[in-house]
Amino acid sequence: MSLTSTRGDRGRRRRGARRFNRRDRVVLAVLLGLAILIDLFIIWGPTVASIGLSFTSYDGIGDITWVGLDNYRTAFTEYPQFWPAVRHNLMWLGFLGLVATPFGLFLAVLIDRGVRFSRFYQSAIYLPVVLSLAIVGFIAQLVFSRDQGALNALLGRQDNPIDWIGDPDINIWMVMIAAAWRHTGYVMILYLAGLKAVDASLKEAAAIDGANERQTFFRVVFPTLRPVNVIVMVITVIEALRAFDIVYAINRGRNGLELLSVLVTDNIIGEASRIGFGSAIAVVLLVFSLGFVVTYLVQELRGEKNR
Amino acid sequence: MTESSFTGQGALGGGLQNDAGHRMSRRNLLRGTAISAGAVALPSLLTACGGGPADAGKTVAMGSNASDPVPKKAYGEAFKAYEKQSKEKRKVKVNTVDHNSFQENINRYLQSTPDDVFMWFAGYRMQFFAKKNLLHEISDLWSGFDGFSDAIKDQSTGEDGKQYFVPFYYYPWAVFHRRSVFQKYGYEAPKNLDEYVALAKQMQKDKLIPIAFADKDGWPAMGTFDYLNMRINGYEFHKALMAGEKAWNGTEVKEVFDTWRRLMPYHQEGANGRTWQEAAGALQKSEAGMAVFGLPQPGQQFPDDEREDLDFFVFPEINPEHGTDAVEAPIDGFLLAKKGKNLKDDKGMEAAKDLLKFLATAEAENTYLEHDPTNIAVHEEADTAKYSELQQKAVELVSSAKQISQFLDRDTRPDFASTVMIPALQSFIGNPKDIDGLVNDIERQKKTVFAAD
Repeated sequence: MSLTSTRGDRGRRRRGARRFNRRDRVVLAVLLGLAILIDLFIIWGPTVASIGLSFTSYDGIGDITWVGLDNYRTAFTEYPQFWPAVRHNLMWLGFLGLVATPFGLFLAVLIDRGVRFSRFYQSAIYLPVVLSLAIVGFIAQLVFSRDQGALNALLGRQDNPIDWIGDPDINIWMVMIAAAWRHTGYVMILYLAGLKAVDASLKEAAAIDGANERQTFFRVVFPTLRPVNVIVMVITVIEALRAFDIVYAINRGRNGLELLSVLVTDNIIGEASRIGFGSAIAVVLLVFSLGFVVTYLVQELRGEKNR
Repeated sequence: MTESSFTGQGALGGGLQNDAGHRMSRRNLLRGTAISAGAVALPSLLTACGGGPADAGKTVAMGSNASDPVPKKAYGEAFKAYEKQSKEKRKVKVNTVDHNSFQENINRYLQSTPDDVFMWFAGYRMQFFAKKNLLHEISDLWSGFDGFSDAIKDQSTGEDGKQYFVPFYYYPWAVFHRRSVFQKYGYEAPKNLDEYVALAKQMQKDKLIPIAFADKDGWPAMGTFDYLNMRINGYEFHKALMAGEKAWNGTEVKEVFDTWRRLMPYHQEGANGRTWQEAAGALQKSEAGMAVFGLPQPGQQFPDDEREDLDFFVFPEINPEHGTDAVEAPIDGFLLAKKGKNLKDDKGMEAAKDLLKFLATAEAENTYLEHDPTNIAVHEEADTAKYSELQQKAVELVSSAKQISQFLDRDTRPDFASTVMIPALQSFIGNPKDIDGLVNDIERQKKTVFAAD
């Protein structure tokens, strides 16, 4: 058994090797090598560098001194903005994942069923996606500003205005709504493309088998959307972890709008230059992302094996 | 990044291409992290793209943060005046960078290939870079300077007792108000805290917001903190506190926050969501009665024909021991960068120093202020005849001051000011009740930040 299988492997390998001649291999090596080099140089290089820096104290000018885990201890115990930032990032993830994304799917299904003026709705909902989040931040200010904002004017609360973006208890929700406004359109268009690609005969078959609409959607259509689901999930996680521009545009990510990415920027960029400390927070963000990446990879690889 | 993950959308239908889409997104996820981590490298690349080398001795490179149109033009005129009077036909090559970007990149700017002379601030914020050996000392020039008061010389001196800074202009902080509003209701400028509170109460009765207030930008509230601190504890305490020598959780600072909390009901609500422009606008529209500002801020928000109506009084006395001795008056001016492009060359150094010598004259300041009337010249012989009434009053205010402070973010370490004090003051404004928790938080962080050297 084992003998045949090795032989089989070897045979396959030889066949595989023969398929590429020398020139192919050179081309492959150059193309792959370049990509790997660039990957190492501009992605893994800085990553490793910031992990290294996170154990040091460095102000960008003087010497770099080793401080061990001090930066992490400071971040976890003394830096008042750290835990709120972690909480806000998780809230962001939860809000996009549990509210904005399902809502986007819901809109996609509605439009796919062909409600009246669906083209119009489709473009209207998709429109915010072409705006950068920084612009969305400016729009949010116009709407939510306490003294001159549209929302307080609409609610008729000029005399007793609600401070939508200045009150640290509610501003994160307002900003998440603004971010979701954009995210929903994005998710909708992805799902819409997915839904259009679902084989109509599947739905027919389900209908013939006596499935009602709800069953057809959850048992038949939704499972065939798996590739889209994966992409949407990944995008949602990315959006939640890299959230930055919108809060930075609104109030530089302070006073209730702290996010990990903002803390990294505040400490590293600017006159402050607490590079070691900022790197430590960046590493925390990296660990967060790696958590999602690893879970996702494991799932994917397992799924592939099962298929 | 959004764009590239979006292209994955085209591949949705086909199962074959799906994996490519996934891989791309996965990589994007990592890339996002790497970008935020590797952001360190970017600004240094940006700042490295400055102007090319100039022929030494003939051209002086000037790094300017005066990106707003009014100061930009005014500086341009001052440099033109220099070029005109230069016997060696020297030129000034100005390299203007957006004001905030300049500030944010200053560390990397000074370490790469900075311009020979650059614009910066006096006080600790200058001493910090002097200590880091990024500036040229100019004590030899200072021995030839005249017309600068001792307080100004003090602000131009590094911790090593040598001079580094050529002061150019300043602007005092005070409590601003509209003359017409004060006349209409018969208000008088308060002399002490009790009168200040009484005036605020009266304004509330008259349906005015007593004190316009904003801190969304992070720095405007620092002015109020500084004044309360210097009125209660005096200038020396302010200086020591800013240098990290005094405890933030001691009784002195607690009293400052306590007093501020008592005043808070008279401050405009929701300051954390308001920009200083909006607060100055409330003053301009006569919705608010007073506001603590620096001279250029309300000045810029008032239309030209209403500027005459703008007036100020000194921040009232609290502790008679300190009276109204200290005035907050940030000074802007020029420094020589250690790594300046042309400064390694003796001729280049001579040219740069020649320019600084000119900029330290009353003539240069006159030229500047002619085109930017929201500031005050530092030189004693500068021409004050053309000053507006407000400017003349500002001169009086500063010359009567026993001590001149800069501003919280200029008197202390930049990392402490931006990463600790901005959030701390904002959280105080949001919730003025928990003073103990607040000052303990600040003190803990102060120890970490100041121990970082």
